[in-house]
Order: sequence, then C-alpha cells, then structure tokens
Amino acid sequence: MTQYLLSVYQPDGPIPEPEVLAAIGEDLGRLNDEMRAAGAWVFSNGLLPPSSSTVLRPDGDDVLVTDGPFAEGKEHLGGFTIVDVPDLDAALAWGKRLAVAATLPIEVRPFA
Amino acid sequence: MTLPTDGTEAVAAAFRTEFGRAVSVLYRSLGDLDRAEDAVQEAFAVAVARWPVDGVPAAPAGWIITTARRRAIDRLRREAVGREREAEATELLALATSLESTDTGPVSDDRLRLIFTCCHPALGPEARVALTLRLLGGLSTAEIARAFLVPEATLAQRISRAKAKIRQARIPYRVPSAADLPGRLASVLAVVYLIFNEGYSASAGDRLVREELCAEAIRLARLLAGLLPEEPEVAGLLALLLLVDARRPARLSGDDAMIALPDQNRALWDAALIAEGHAIVRRCLVLGRPGPYQLQAAIQAVHDEAARASDTDWRQIVTLYDQLLRVQPSPVVALNRAVAVAEAAGASAGLTAAEPLREPLADFYLLHGVRAGLLARVGRDVEAAEEYDAALRLCGNASERAFLERRRGLLPEG
Repeated sequence: MTQYLLSVYQPDGPIPEPEVLAAIGEDLGRLNDEMRAAGAWVFSNGLLPPSSSTVLRPDGDDVLVTDGPFAEGKEHLGGFTIVDVPDLDAALAWGKRLAVAATLPIEVRPFA
Repeated sequence: MTLPTDGTEAVAAAFRTEFGRAVSVLYRSLGDLDRAEDAVQEAFAVAVARWPVDGVPAAPAGWIITTARRRAIDRLRREAVGREREAEATELLALATSLESTDTGPVSDDRLRLIFTCCHPALGPEARVALTLRLLGGLSTAEIARAFLVPEATLAQRISRAKAKIRQARIPYRVPSAADLPGRLASVLAVVYLIFNEGYSASAGDRLVREELCAEAIRLARLLAGLLPEEPEVAGLLALLLLVDARRPARLSGDDAMIALPDQNRALWDAALIAEGHAIVRRCLVLGRPGPYQLQAAIQAVHDEAARASDTDWRQIVTLYDQLLRVQPSPVVALNRAVAVAEAAGASAGLTAAEPLREPLADFYLLHGVRAGLLARVGRDVEAAEEYDAALRLCGNASERAFLERRRGLLPEG
C-alpha cells in the first residue's frame, strides 16, 4: 500500500456563499465516510486562509519568523486528504471524487 | 559489401516484433522497467553473437525471454554480492530465485498491460509517445530523438523521468477496469495516431526514421486490434492508418515536395493495404458503434475507392464529416468538412463553410491554405495571394511550403 497526498488547490480571492460552502462541506463529509468505510482514509482537513500562516526560515544559528504565506500565487493550499491505497489508479479514483466534491483542482502526490 | 547472414536478419526481425513482448514479460516479474529493458537489450546482444553461428532458435521469442531472464537473474545475484545491507541483498536474491522458478512456463503476453502503463494519462503526452516507442517498439533514444527533432539528451531525460514517475507514483501494471477502459484506451489510441502522424506528415528530419515511425504505429495498431477485438475504435484506427499509409508511394515527388490527393498517381497506391483497410471498415459498420477513428477511416476508404480523383463520392464524404463533427466537434474537423463541401457543392459553398473557422483557426496554416485555394477557384486572386502568404508565414514543413509556393506561383500576376 502507498500513501498519497491529495492537495486541494483553491483560487485566491473571495470564498463562495455560505449555503454553497455548506453543500460542499456535506459532500466532503460523505466522501470522507466512504473513504473510511473502504479503509483508504488516513487524514483529511481544510485549512484556514493563507493570511493566517506564519513562515519560519533557518538563518545561521537562528530562525527568522515572518508573516506568511510562504509563496504568493494565484492559488493556495486549501486543505488536504491522505489516502492509503494500492496504486496510483486507486488514488486517482478517490482524487476524482474529491475534485467533484470540493469543486476544485486536486494534486495527487505519493509519499516517499 | 557482404550480405547479412540469416542469423543477423533473424535477430533484426525478432527485435522489431519481440522487443516489446520481452520487456512486458520481464517487467511483470522484475517490477522495474530499467532492469527489464537492460535484460532484454542484453539478450538481443547475445542473439546477435550466437544466432549467426548456432542458427536461429526454433522459438525466437521464447529464446529471447529466457535469455533475458537469465541475464536479469545473473545481474541480481552480482548486485546482491556488492550490497552492504543484508536486507537489500536478501531482497535481490529472493527476486532472482522467484525469477528462476518462473523460468519454464508458457510465454505470456503482457504487452497490453505495458502499453496502458506507457500511455497512462498521469504521464505527459510527449513522455507517453517516447516510452511507447522505446519500450514497445524497441526504438533507441537516438532514433526517437531524430524522429521528433529533439536533442538525444532531452529525449533520454524525458524517458527516465517517465520511468521514475511510474515507479514512484506506482502507476499500476494492468489493463484498466471496464469502467475506465474507454478513457484509457482513447489515450493509447491517441499515442499511436500521433506516432503515425509524426512519421507521415513531417518531411523534416531523417526520412527513414519517419517511415519507421509509421511502420511502428501500424504494428502497434495491429497488436492492439488483435488484443482488443471487441473495441471497434481500435479496428477503426488500424483501418485509418492502413488507408492513409497506402497512399505513401504517391505522396511525395522526386524532390520530396508534397503531392495533393487529387494530383497523386493512384496506380502507385498500395492495393493490398487498401483492401485490408476496406475490409476492416466494413466489419466496423456492421458493429454499429461508430467513433472518431472509424469515421475517419470510412472517409479515407471513400477516397481510396475512387479510381480517379474526379470519381470521388464527395457527398458521401460530407455526410461522414457531419457524423464526425457530432462525435468530435473541432474546428479542424469542420475545416476538413469545408474542403469536402467545396468539392461536393462548389468553391463558394466551401468558403461559406470555412467562414466561421477564420477566427478559431487564425494561426493554423491549413485554414489559410484551404481558403487560398478556394478563393483562387472563384477568381478572387488578390485575396488568394494574401491567404497563401499567410499560410507560408505559419507553415514550417518544407514539402508543404513547397506545395504552397507552387500554388501561389500559379496565380495570375496582379
């Protein structure tokens, strides 16, 4: 079995209306239940906005603390799911379900 | 010059037909593409040395696979000796032992799994093409690089990255489930079609290598058609390639300039390929599950049926393009339809059909080339000249440029 990180990429800018978000949340909850039932679920959670992040950088013997996010872009990591499955096709199958439920692009990447 | 002995010829023949099969079998037992490829390569090197001396084995495919397996076992044992960590050595030896125990047994065919792995949508399109040619066709990285006009180092890196991704992301080695098959098969067929087109359409680069690409695409299409007899689109792709390839002998003039379909010497067309393609198209029609490749094959079949260009049943071709547009709505298909409309109903009708394509295909040289030809036919020579110029600005292919320049030169001076 291999663990895969399913990252949810979210565009910067305003988030959808509360009722839209609630529906997405319900879909994601149902998908997580299915993943658990199939024995594929390892972890899943959403993240608070990138403006809430703090960046740490090694600097000689010290570590610098700065306001985040790490990199400014048009998208940011909105949350992630970790699945434990036999191969990429199985990870992609869950990833497709996640993309549909989250209505956002997903990046699938194996853990070492 | 000495003629190659039978043994040498036999190795060359076996190489083309058996390389992919041997890699596919070895990959299943070894679980590592590099090891599989190296072992098969070594087996062929042994064949080159032995077959001319010992004679060609009764079952060349089995001989290659058995030899490759022995080479792989030897290498695993050698590597195990050099390993510091006992766990790694044990693992290599266990693999070697498991390979040995599968030594006698019927030679299975894993090529279908291999082609689905090589054409997995998680790999980049260029990597899919390169891997398929390397692992299934046995083309060297140098040959593939020459065919695609990229530096060999770039191509080698493309292949090794793709292999690393297959290993790291665990792209599975199996034929997709029924639910996934249509989408995955479309990716495989697209790779085969792309290989063919690369060989057929461009004249830049090494002509022999390009002909080898067409031959390889047809070999792959035949292999797929044999392994997936229930899929009419696979048969459709094979028929399409055969019906287009049949015209190759008439397609280029002595100085490598492209000759358009109506001007080709049809006596040079390959009648056997046409007959085979027609038979497949007829079988597809009976199945009644049309798709883009089957429809394109049917269109080519109508062309190949005409003894003279003027005998072409253009109405039938327009009907087929209408069907193709329904299953594959694309401006390029619509442009081909416009050409057929011009032949069936006149150049003005063709221009009308091409009008909505001017914007979406503004950067496509063929849109301008087609419009130039149609404008010239209705006597709008100034606009025709402008369109030929636009086409020449956008077209990078030498023989097609020569064709456009010739046509441009036929316009009255004005």
